[in-house]
Amino acid sequence: MLLIDCPYCGPREEIEFSYGGEAHIERPKQPDKLSDAEWADYLFMRNNPKGPLAERWCHSYGCRRWFNVERHTVTHEIQRVYKMGEPRGGEEGT
Amino acid sequence: MKRQRYRLDVGARIDRGKTLRFSFNGKSYEGFDGDTLASALLANGVRLVGRSFKYHRPRGIFSAGMEEPNALVQLGSGAASEANLRATQVELFDGLEAASVNCWPSVDFDIWAINDRFSSMLPAGFYYKTFMWPKKFWHQYEKVIRRGAGLGTAPELPDQNIYDKRNQHCEVLVVGGGPAGISAALEAGRAGARVILVDEQAELGGALLGNGEHIESRSGVDWALAARTELDEMPEVHILTRTTAFGYYHHNYILMVERLSDHLGAPAGTLRQRLWKIRAHQVVLATGAIERPMVFADNDRPGIMLANAARTYVNRYGVRPGNRAVLYTNNDSAYHAAHDLAEAGVRVEAVIDVRPNPTGEGVEAIRQRGIKVLAYHALVGTVGVKRLRGIEVLALNEKGDGFSDGLQRLRCDLLCLSGGWNPTVHLFSQPGGKLNFDELKACFVPGETNEAVIVAGAANGVFSLQGCLAGGAAAGREAAAKTGLEDPGAPSLLPVIPAEEGPITPVWHLPPVSKGEMRFVDLHNDVTASDLELATREGYRSIELVKRYTTAGMGPDQGRTGNMHALAIVADTLGRSIPEVGTTTYRAPYTPVPYGAMAGRDVGALADPIRMTAIHGWHERSGAVFDDVSQWKRPWYYPRPGEDMNAAVKRECIAARTGVAILDASTLGKIEIHGPDSAKYLNRIYTNGWSKLAIGRCRYGLMLGEDGMVMDDGVTSRLGETHYFMTTTTGGAARVMAWMEDWLQCEWSDLKVYLTSVTEQWATLSISGPNARRVLSDLAEGVDLAPESFPHMAVREGKVAGINARIFRVSFTGELGFEVSVANSYGLALWQAFQRVGEKYDLTPIGIEALHVLRAEKGYIAVGHDTDGSVTPGDLGMDWLVSSKKDFLGRRSLARSDSIRPDRKQFVGLKLEARVPEGAQIVSELRRRPPMKMIGHVTSAYDSAALGKSIALALIERGHERMGETVAIPLTLEGRVVKAEIVSPVFYDPSGERLNV
Repeated sequence: MLLIDCPYCGPREEIEFSYGGEAHIERPKQPDKLSDAEWADYLFMRNNPKGPLAERWCHSYGCRRWFNVERHTVTHEIQRVYKMGEPRGGEEGT
Repeated sequence: MKRQRYRLDVGARIDRGKTLRFSFNGKSYEGFDGDTLASALLANGVRLVGRSFKYHRPRGIFSAGMEEPNALVQLGSGAASEANLRATQVELFDGLEAASVNCWPSVDFDIWAINDRFSSMLPAGFYYKTFMWPKKFWHQYEKVIRRGAGLGTAPELPDQNIYDKRNQHCEVLVVGGGPAGISAALEAGRAGARVILVDEQAELGGALLGNGEHIESRSGVDWALAARTELDEMPEVHILTRTTAFGYYHHNYILMVERLSDHLGAPAGTLRQRLWKIRAHQVVLATGAIERPMVFADNDRPGIMLANAARTYVNRYGVRPGNRAVLYTNNDSAYHAAHDLAEAGVRVEAVIDVRPNPTGEGVEAIRQRGIKVLAYHALVGTVGVKRLRGIEVLALNEKGDGFSDGLQRLRCDLLCLSGGWNPTVHLFSQPGGKLNFDELKACFVPGETNEAVIVAGAANGVFSLQGCLAGGAAAGREAAAKTGLEDPGAPSLLPVIPAEEGPITPVWHLPPVSKGEMRFVDLHNDVTASDLELATREGYRSIELVKRYTTAGMGPDQGRTGNMHALAIVADTLGRSIPEVGTTTYRAPYTPVPYGAMAGRDVGALADPIRMTAIHGWHERSGAVFDDVSQWKRPWYYPRPGEDMNAAVKRECIAARTGVAILDASTLGKIEIHGPDSAKYLNRIYTNGWSKLAIGRCRYGLMLGEDGMVMDDGVTSRLGETHYFMTTTTGGAARVMAWMEDWLQCEWSDLKVYLTSVTEQWATLSISGPNARRVLSDLAEGVDLAPESFPHMAVREGKVAGINARIFRVSFTGELGFEVSVANSYGLALWQAFQRVGEKYDLTPIGIEALHVLRAEKGYIAVGHDTDGSVTPGDLGMDWLVSSKKDFLGRRSLARSDSIRPDRKQFVGLKLEARVPEGAQIVSELRRRPPMKMIGHVTSAYDSAALGKSIALALIERGHERMGETVAIPLTLEGRVVKAEIVSPVFYDPSGERLNV
C-alpha cells in the first residue's frame, strides 16, 4: 500500500485517496471540431507505460484536493508529487 | 493415559512441573508447558499423525515449524473449530483437542488409502485429464473427488472470538527474533530508534531455542534472555511475540497478526488475535532459513523428518524423536543434528552423505564419536509403511548421476534429512524484491529491491551463528542511521570466527531404482519427482504453470520444504539452469491468517456504516419496513396490521393520488453551489441551460458522463444571484459531488464556484397529493402558497411549524407536491408537526416502494434503475432536455456513431397482462425454448393502483418506433409467458394537469 505525500496534508495512507487516472489530459476546447476518432482518443485512450506515469490522485478522505503524482508503475516509487496546474516534470519539460 | 516415553529427563525449554492433558484423535495424552502439539505427540511416541492429500499415505511429523507439510490438524469443535493448523505451531494447553485431517474413518485405517495402491494411475493432471469429459458430468465427479482429496472442515457456525486491529509506525521494524534479529534490534535500539521486533514464536531466540549453540560463554537461550531484558528496558523498543509478519506491501507497509490467546485455549468471546498494520521507515528482515529435505523413494514415511527439526525436538522440547537414527545429507548441518541426537541418547547408526569427501568441524566430530559416515552414498528406499523401520543405501557411481551395486540396509526408526537451506525470502520478495541464485550455497538469496529493507542472517544466506550475529548488528546500525539517527559509537560486536563448514553439494534428484517408486518432492500435495518430470515431458516450461498443473507448492504449507527441489528438477529435466527457470511468485500471506483477524471488529452491525435520517426513530416506531439505499436506511413501506407489502403499497399510492402523503426525502443528495460563475458551471455540468433560471425558480437537470451516458439527475434551484442548491439521487450523491469537484479543481480552476455537500445538514419532507397545499398551509408562515404566487418548480423561504424552512414546489409523484427542508436537527419536530395537522386530511406516510410506483406511473426515470450507464438522453426520449446552444459534459459523445445508431435500446412503457420481474428479457419472436433474440429488458415493474393493472418500464431496441407493437416476456424458469404492448412510458396524467393546481 502506497504512502502518498499529499501536497496539502503530508504523507498519508493510500486508503485515504482515490485514483483519477493519467494526468495532464486536457479537455478539448472545441469538441465539435473533433472527429469521432479524435474525441475517442481524448475519451478512452490512456498511456500505460512500464515506468514513470503522471497520474491524478484525490485526497478524498482528507482535504479533498486533487493533485498530481509521478509514480513508477513497476516499482511504485513515487518520484514527485505536485499541485494541479503545475507542469509535469521529466523529459517533456514544462 | 500413557507416559511420555520419549521425553528426556533434563534440559530444554519446557516446564516439567506443569503437566498438560490433551487428546489427539480421541486418545488422551500428557505433555508439558512449553510443548507444541507436535513435540508432545513425539514425546508420547505418536508417529502417525495424518494422511497425505491425494494418496492418503501415512505421514508423521516432518518439521518443527511453520513449514510443516504433514501434521495438519483440526483443533476443537463447533464454532471455535479451526482447520489445517500445523501441529508444529500449535502451543499445547490443558484440554486441547485435536484430530488428523483428510482421513476416514481413522488415521490408522483410511479407506481412501486405496489411492496409494493405484498411484501409478493417478499422475499429475489426472483429474484434469480424466474427469473433464464429458464436461457436464464434472460436477458429479467433483463431489466424490473433493471428499477424497480434502483437508480439514470449516466451522459452520459464526466465529465467536473477538479480533482487533492496530495501526503503528516505527523507525525500524525487525522481523524475526533469532540471533540476527535480536542483534539488529539491540543495535537499532541502542542508537535510539523506535523499534518493533516481531517473532512468530512464544519467546525470542529463533534458531537458538532449538540448536543448543553457545554465544561466548553462555548458551544461546541465555543470551537471548539477556537480550530480551536489555530490550525491555529500552522505552522505544516494542517486542511482539507470537506475531507473524505475513504481508510486505509497497512503501514498507507490513501486516502482522498477533496471537493473543490461542495458546491458552481461551473460551469463545475472548480477544483472540490482533492485526497490526505497520508503516516502517526501515525494515530489517531476519526471517531465517528453512531446511530442505532429500528426494528418494518412499521418503515420506512416519519417522522421517528434517535434521534441524530432530535437533529442535531434542534441545528445545526435550524429546527423543526416535531410538535409532540415520541422517541423510548433502551439507554439514546434519552432522550437528547427529551430534545433538547422540548426546540425547539416540543411537545414531550412520550419516549418509552424497558428497564424495565431506570435511568440516561437524563431520570430524561425528567421525570421532565413532559414528559411521557413508560418503558418496545415497538413499534409494525405506522400509516400513506406518512407521519407518529401516533404509536402503547404494553407493553413487563415478559420475554421480546413478548408483553402484551393493544395496545396504540399515535398521532405524528415525531418518533425518538435510538437503541444505533456503533463506526465508518470502517477505522480501512480496513487494517485488529480486532474488539471485547463489551457486555456492545452492539457494536463492535476496538481491535488488525498491523497499527500504536490509536482509540479515540466514535470510540473507549467512548460515553461521557468528555471521548472523554480526550481520544482524550491522543491519540494525545501518537501519538506525538511515532514519537519521546518529551513530552511537563503537559497535558492540562479537568477534567473528569463520566456522569451518564444508561446502554443500546439491543432488536434487537421482534416477529411480525401480519403476513406479514414489520420490516425494511436495509432501503436502503428494507431488513426486516423476510428476514433475512428466509435466516437463508434456510440454510445461514455465515454473508457474508446472506449479498449477502438478499442484507442487500449493496448499497450507505453500511448498516451503519442496519448492526448491521442484524447480531444480524442472530445470534439470529441461536442461536449463535454476535461475533461468526462476521461482514462482511469493504472495501474501506468508502463513494462513484467519478471516476473523482480517475483519477485526468490522463485523455484524459494524460491517458497513449505516446512515439514518433524523426521523428514523419515528419510522421504526411506526412499523416501517426498511430498505437499504446505498448506506441509507429508508422506509420501504408502512404496513398496517394485517397488511402485506402489496396492500400497504397500494394504500399508500391511493393516498398520494387522492388525498395527501408524506415521505421522508432527507436522503436526497444536496449540494450548495456558490459563486459568480455558478450558472456558467451548471451549464457545463447539466445538459440543459441554466443562464435564464430566475431567482426563486427550480429546474430539472440531467447530468451525463463524458461518454454521453446519463449519470444522475435532480432538481436545482436558484436561491440568490450567485447561489444555487442542487439535489442528486440518494445513491449518486457522493459520486456526483466528487465528479463536480474534479472538474472544478482539475479542468475549470478559473471558474469562481464553491461546492459544499449539505446532504446531512438538511432534513427534507415531501408532501404530495391533491391536499398537499391544505396541509402545508396549516403550518406555513410568511409564504404565500397560492398557485399564482407559488407556481410549480418554484422555491420560497419561510417558516413551517415555526422552523426556518426552504419550501420547494416540486413533485416526483405527478401530484401537487412540496418539499420542505429544515435544519436536520429540526427534521423530527417538523415531521411530527405534520402528523398533528395532517390527521384531519388522513396524511399518510409513504415509503419508497409507493414512491417508485407513483413515479413509474408518470414515466419518471429512476437513474440507476431504469438506466445502467449505457443510456443516452435520446434513448430516454429526453432530447428536449439537451441544449444545442452550449457545450456540456458528454455532449460530443452524443454525436458518436454508436450514440446515434438507430437500433439503440430506447425507454418505453409496457402494458402487461400480469406482473413480471424486473430484469426480465423481452423478445419479439417467441420460440418454444431459448435461444431467442432478446430485444430488451424490463427496468421497472409495478402493480398500479391508479391504473388498475400491471405496468412496466423497459429498454427495447428501436422502442420509440415500436409503439403499439406486442412483445413477449418469456419467464422460462417459471414456465410462463407474459404478453406486453409497447406504449408511452407516461401512463398517468400525460398532460401534467395534476401538477399545476
